[in-house]
Amino acid sequence: MKRRHFFASMFLPLAARAQGFRSPADASKWIAEVTGGATPEKAGIELEMPQIAENGNAVALHIRVTSPMTADDHVKAIHIFAERNPRPRVATFHLGPEAGRADVTTRVRLGGTQNLTVLAELSGARWRVAAQNVLVTTGACLDEGSL
Amino acid sequence: MIDGRLRVPESVKPGEPFEVRVLILHPMENGFRHDAAGREIPVHIVNKVSCTYGGREVFSVDLGTGISANPYLVFFVRAGGSGVLKVEWIDDAGERGSASANVNVG
Repeated sequence: MKRRHFFASMFLPLAARAQGFRSPADASKWIAEVTGGATPEKAGIELEMPQIAENGNAVALHIRVTSPMTADDHVKAIHIFAERNPRPRVATFHLGPEAGRADVTTRVRLGGTQNLTVLAELSGARWRVAAQNVLVTTGACLDEGSL
Repeated sequence: MIDGRLRVPESVKPGEPFEVRVLILHPMENGFRHDAAGREIPVHIVNKVSCTYGGREVFSVDLGTGISANPYLVFFVRAGGSGVLKVEWIDDAGERGSASANVNVG
């Protein structure tokens, strides 16, 4: 083994594990995959989450999609994508006119400072997208002992 | 059984969306943590939560490892008449839990 390869093999796993060295997953690729190539509209989604999160283990996230939620015009699904999480697909909410309001709240884990992307699937094969940057001081996915 | 809490308003107006709050007691192990002996703790998460009203599914969530420990969910449901709202959850080991509440519409 060449010396530089040996060194590379020694340090690569470390670098890959260190927070921030992981390159973000491509949100546009994910959007294309979920929408089947449709271009989502950049409107009609309100994201409420802190701009700075001290603890990435539990970041409050409130998503509101403007919709009358009728049988003809409603939100069918809300997808959440965190580009710097080791598994970027955070969750998918399935809803319909029975929900009455396209309004969901949860707490998410964020592996580091990143853009969080939310994609909404509406009836009639329409799509909307919104993203917000969150600065995370202490990322999730770490052992308590290493904090 | 996986324990959890469910909260709905005491009474709601017909056709008016009301808030449903769910808290599930689960570690949501993301597979990136290690125990005291340095062994990897495998992924162990609640991966599906569904809500029925009067026996009909009205809302559901697919959860990943990016959802915090003790998953907390708030969503809305609209009801035309009184009924039973039931929320069920299952984890990747097949363990289940549920909670239900009467919703008085009027």
